[in-house]
Amino acid sequence: MFRVPEPVKIPIWSLAGIGMFCAATPAMAAPADPLATIRDEISKLRQDYEMKIKDLEDRLQKAEADAEAAKASAAAAQEAQKTAAAAPPPPPAAPIPEPPPQQRAPTSLNAFNPGIAAVLNGFFVAASHDPSASSIPGFALGDSAQGLPRGFSLGESEVNVTANIDPFTLGWLNLSFGSDNSVSVEEAYIQTTSLGSGLTLRAGRFFSGIAYLNERHAHDWSFSDASLPYRVFLNSQYGDDGIQARWLAPTNIFLELGVELFRGDSFPAGGAANKGIGTVTAFAHAGADINDSSSWLAGLSYLRTRSDKRGDSAGDIFSGTDDIGIATLVYKWAPDGNPTRRNLILSGEYFYGHENGFFNGIPVDYNHMGWYAQAVYQFMPRWSVGLRYAQLRTDDLGPALAGTTLDDLGRIPRAVSGLLEFDTSEFGRFRLQYSHDDSDVRPLDQVLLQYTVIYGPHPAHRY
Amino acid sequence: MRKLLIGTVLLALGAGSPAYANLNVFACEPEWAALATEIGGNKVSVYAATTGVQDPHQIQARPGLIARARNADISVCTGAELEIGWLPAILAQTSNQKIRPGAPGSFEASNFVNLLEVPARLDRAEGDIHAQGNPHIQTDPNNILKVAKPMADRFAQLDPANAATYAMRLADFTTRWQAALAKWQAQAAPLKGVPIAVGHLSWRYMEDWLGLKRIVALEPKPGVPPSSGYLAQVVDTLQKNPAKMVIRSAYEDDRPSLFIADRVHLKAVVMPFTVGGTPEAKDLFGLYDDTINRLLAAAKG
Repeated sequence: MFRVPEPVKIPIWSLAGIGMFCAATPAMAAPADPLATIRDEISKLRQDYEMKIKDLEDRLQKAEADAEAAKASAAAAQEAQKTAAAAPPPPPAAPIPEPPPQQRAPTSLNAFNPGIAAVLNGFFVAASHDPSASSIPGFALGDSAQGLPRGFSLGESEVNVTANIDPFTLGWLNLSFGSDNSVSVEEAYIQTTSLGSGLTLRAGRFFSGIAYLNERHAHDWSFSDASLPYRVFLNSQYGDDGIQARWLAPTNIFLELGVELFRGDSFPAGGAANKGIGTVTAFAHAGADINDSSSWLAGLSYLRTRSDKRGDSAGDIFSGTDDIGIATLVYKWAPDGNPTRRNLILSGEYFYGHENGFFNGIPVDYNHMGWYAQAVYQFMPRWSVGLRYAQLRTDDLGPALAGTTLDDLGRIPRAVSGLLEFDTSEFGRFRLQYSHDDSDVRPLDQVLLQYTVIYGPHPAHRY
Repeated sequence: MRKLLIGTVLLALGAGSPAYANLNVFACEPEWAALATEIGGNKVSVYAATTGVQDPHQIQARPGLIARARNADISVCTGAELEIGWLPAILAQTSNQKIRPGAPGSFEASNFVNLLEVPARLDRAEGDIHAQGNPHIQTDPNNILKVAKPMADRFAQLDPANAATYAMRLADFTTRWQAALAKWQAQAAPLKGVPIAVGHLSWRYMEDWLGLKRIVALEPKPGVPPSSGYLAQVVDTLQKNPAKMVIRSAYEDDRPSLFIADRVHLKAVVMPFTVGGTPEAKDLFGLYDDTINRLLAAAKG
């Protein structure tokens, strides 16, 4: 319990060595004549060193003795404390001085190595027809808006590499390995860590901070797939190359404002228009605790993008602008703020889009909208159930676009999904999801089985 | 619309203007919030991020916590990875330089106590283990005193204008605490050697302090809920080596402990574990008063 400073180690051999060296040199250099003088001097030197060594040895012994004494007194003090404890309360004694324990360095992810984490995902899909070939009449879809193939498939496997670069920036790299053996850079950005005043800047490739789920990686979603509005408005998740500024207000309720500029090269943008600054976004998030058990988060997001010959999954070409507004509301409940036993998450988002330009050369100017609402309830440790409903609607575009991708055929696309989830720990999850998707002409019924595991120093998930 | 937005921002800014206190303290756990109040008095404004009935391992990184951490001058936490599941997520979103790990405003109580039960093997297969040792240091009141002095020093370092106040309040607290320690030690004399069973492995420091003898834990591995097979083993162990009681903190699932209490006929005791864990544990002094009272009551029968 007590640490006594270690006695200073005296390198006696080195002193002796120096002594010998000094003793030898003059003897060889001096002429034989004043030999006696030299001998005298040598013996003086020797005595001198011997005295010094003796002195050092004495000090060493004394230090050791002191250490023993300190130990003994500490033991005595402890004994005294014990006896004092048994007796009626004595007057408060002077505190026993105790050297502070050795300071441990604050934990960093992995000392100077970057934190490396892996996320593995696997699926089994049983469906009434191939979900990866589905379309949604009335909506142009990007390349990531469709479902998973039937049967066994490896979902996205991710590797994250992150570390502080220096006192001012951190780096984050996220490589995604597709089931078709393709590797893509999902995110790669640098971010400031020390601007202060609640300001953070980010540059590189990243998922936009708009909406609620967009910024979260797919393995962090409550359901196995993106809801209908995310699929049609944001191609499941909008990520692009660009810069971001976020500011967290110095208030006791959470208030965050952000703006972003993007290249505009991924759906709903396309073609990196406007000289490679095709997309601009702005978002505001607010949130607070209601009481110990419940809290909320609300958000308003806006995305404007200009496309130059954007392609979609049906091979159509669109040039023009898209304006998308998104309203978000999230409510979380956990009894006494302990989410591990039971918790409920309600969330819903409303998307409104306006598209104006030329669709396959035909002038278009129309609105579309979509929303979803979902509830996930963890009813006992490790077990959750969930339900989600989503719906879309688009303007009737008239005869000029009849029969094209934008013709909704008078239908209202909708889907309902339910899930049952079992978590082996906070790092492992098995999920069973059933969906009835009425967005295509032929309704799609599908059952998904999914596992997701995370290992390595993965950062804790956002709210 | 634009006017409305600007108005909202201005309103928000107004609401967030500096509080009257000199130091904004973000305390991760109620015991450190209580200690910060003892040391800082009205010179600090303390926000407790968790309550006495919350599991400090498992907290959602809620927006309210992010907003409070954004404005903190100092964070006062246990450290030793107790908060690793949520605090890093909060810090990452605040970009508050003052409380980033390693900064003077990042105060970790476990740095000032010799941690016990440092795992020999680091592997997630061993459950929810803490690489630096058992972080539940507040179950021994002697550790509170070890943390009090460095906390006062840190307050003084960050707020030199009130250094004298912090030193004075520390001296006063130390005197009162030492008297209380002696009182608790005397009261708890009958607890020496009393055999107990525990829920989560949270009590090591208290076991050492009071000389309690832990027979078994209801968790096979830290943070892993017991299976029925494991509970059968526990029953077996307790039939061979009877314990007086099975203790758990308020946030823990009561079912394993009630099951065991019923099967081998011992008392299930809910302990305060921290300030606010029970109605009686209103402050730091009440925490240990109630801890000892509850243990004594259970040991008597």
